[in-house]
Amino acid sequence: MKPIERVEGRAAVLDRPDVDTDQIIPKQFLKRIERTGYGQYAFFDWRFDDDGNERPGFELNQPQFADAKILLAGRNFGCGSSREHAAWALQDYGLDVVIAPSFGDIFRSNAAQVGMVIVELPEEQVKELMESVDLDRGSDLVVDLEALTVSTPSGKVFPFAFDESARYRLINGLDDIGLTLQHEDAITAYEAAMPPS
Amino acid sequence: MPGQSLFDKVWERHIVRDEPGEPTLLYIDLHLVHEVTSPQAFEGLRLAGRGVRRPDLTVATMDHNVPTLPGPVTDQMAKAQLDALRANCEEFGVELHATGSGSEGIVHVIGPELGLTQPGKTIVCGDSHTSTHGAFGALAFGIGTSEVEHVLATQTLNQRRPKTMLLEFVGALPPGLTAKDMILGAIGQVGVAGGVGYVVEYAGEAIRELSMEQRMTICNMTIEWGARAGMIAPDETTFAYLEGRPNAPRGEAWERAVADWRSLGSDPDATYDAHVVVDVAELAPQVTWGTNPGMVVPVTGTVPDPGSFSDPDDRVAGARALEYMELRPGQAIEEIRIDRVFIGSCTNSRLEDLRAAAEIVRGRTVDPRVTALVVPGSAHVRRQAQAEGLDQIFLDAGFEWRLAGCSMCLGMNPDVLAPGERCASTSNRNFEGRQGRGGRTHLVSPQMAAAAALHGHFVDVRSLAAEAVPA
Repeated sequence: MKPIERVEGRAAVLDRPDVDTDQIIPKQFLKRIERTGYGQYAFFDWRFDDDGNERPGFELNQPQFADAKILLAGRNFGCGSSREHAAWALQDYGLDVVIAPSFGDIFRSNAAQVGMVIVELPEEQVKELMESVDLDRGSDLVVDLEALTVSTPSGKVFPFAFDESARYRLINGLDDIGLTLQHEDAITAYEAAMPPS
Repeated sequence: MPGQSLFDKVWERHIVRDEPGEPTLLYIDLHLVHEVTSPQAFEGLRLAGRGVRRPDLTVATMDHNVPTLPGPVTDQMAKAQLDALRANCEEFGVELHATGSGSEGIVHVIGPELGLTQPGKTIVCGDSHTSTHGAFGALAFGIGTSEVEHVLATQTLNQRRPKTMLLEFVGALPPGLTAKDMILGAIGQVGVAGGVGYVVEYAGEAIRELSMEQRMTICNMTIEWGARAGMIAPDETTFAYLEGRPNAPRGEAWERAVADWRSLGSDPDATYDAHVVVDVAELAPQVTWGTNPGMVVPVTGTVPDPGSFSDPDDRVAGARALEYMELRPGQAIEEIRIDRVFIGSCTNSRLEDLRAAAEIVRGRTVDPRVTALVVPGSAHVRRQAQAEGLDQIFLDAGFEWRLAGCSMCLGMNPDVLAPGERCASTSNRNFEGRQGRGGRTHLVSPQMAAAAALHGHFVDVRSLAAEAVPA
């Protein structure tokens, strides 16, 4: 996992509630056995029409959101299926950060596992951030995992809370399995003490 | 010391390591695996030179991709994924219930059926409907592929202790209603994000009255309102279901296990972070009208006007849903015509579901404009249903009787809706395109799906039950 400390880049706005992981990565792309290459399929059914052309009305097809690194989304983002492919797709699409009022629990842990930064802010602050984005030319935001802030070009700063151990893992790009195996003795001891079933 | 809830007890039994400021390292008793969310996890193990720590606590099946018509898998990508699972299980020594073995089926159907799912266990699977197993008083939740790899390698997971919620069903469930109506009604009340961050315990007299299979339907849909796990305290119904199952303890071990399981129920003075009450006494059969399971109304009702919703986001989402579903506000639910019926999925594909649907169908015929499918949840359920003659009832009425699998719940196999087709489905998600790009899904109980198949539109199953069956 690559370490991630600070993300500065274009913000895209997807102001819809309850965006489920079936929309983020439709099922037809879950048959691959690779972990990479899912970005081209992100939001596939919303992005492309039946002939494979971009739908001009879809938010992320707006030219000012091209190459976005930060996604501003509605509440309960990533609800539904446990498919980690959703996080793989968003990351491969170029997104390092999703900011929303709330997230599906499984999506949130999947995103953390792959090294994405999931920022939860109160609904009115997310709306304020969405409104701060210049919908004609696009805007950049800065998400700082050291300072735990989101900053707008006008200098407005939004502090956010973040799980300390998750932050440590992200900043250092640490592999969760390797960390857990440092406690293998505790696992072995637990297994020895487990009641027989 | 304050009383403990069912969740508290199961959680505390599984703590391997608990340090301030860090997530809890939780031991996992049962890891269920299927073909879609596991290949990258096994590949990760190979790349790191790691093995599966407890193959004896790991069980795999083939379900998401498998065709439900006999014959070879013709989709080359699906075939590659199924082949990968077979090869991975062989390489890492994991028990596999492969297609054609006779013990295959939807992962959340075979776990309980084989007696692997037991009270007090921690159970995970790379599938959000792992919440199903909570019906036995297990702590069961879905995980992503990185976590699948973590469990394979360490038999543990790092977890922050979730908040707890008690969802109490009050009132007696009226005749003709099902667990599916209870949970859809509850989701309609609390909303699709109402459970985010919580583990839910379902309680109340209406829960106690339910069979294990109906309890599984309730817990299955826990993730549809955002809670990762739902639990029901084990009782005599639970023990009677489990006794004699292949992996259930036997003899003295059974007696010891039951005695232990009896102690798992929440203490009378247990506390929860939230408490929700859902009254089922006035409930009518539920039908979803939109593109998430919280967009639901009684069959006796009409399609709502999103303009009347108080939340601005709900207004926009509701209008978008109506456009996708091609419905208009005020339309009577019973007037909605359907093209397809799907009876199946980890929500409603067990023997009781098929019996209940067959009871509606017996001696009647499917509307000629409707294509209707029954997909049993497992090879075992299929055999049981055939032994009772249920297959013949469905076939005589004009249903197709298929092989076991996830099938049209998510359409990863050839069973998909065509664009614009409208389906009465016993599955769990009515998301856009879930059953096929452009397809429109209405979630209902097995009885309601069966009734819709006969009439070509939604009907109140309670009125149908009163009709005489034609001779």
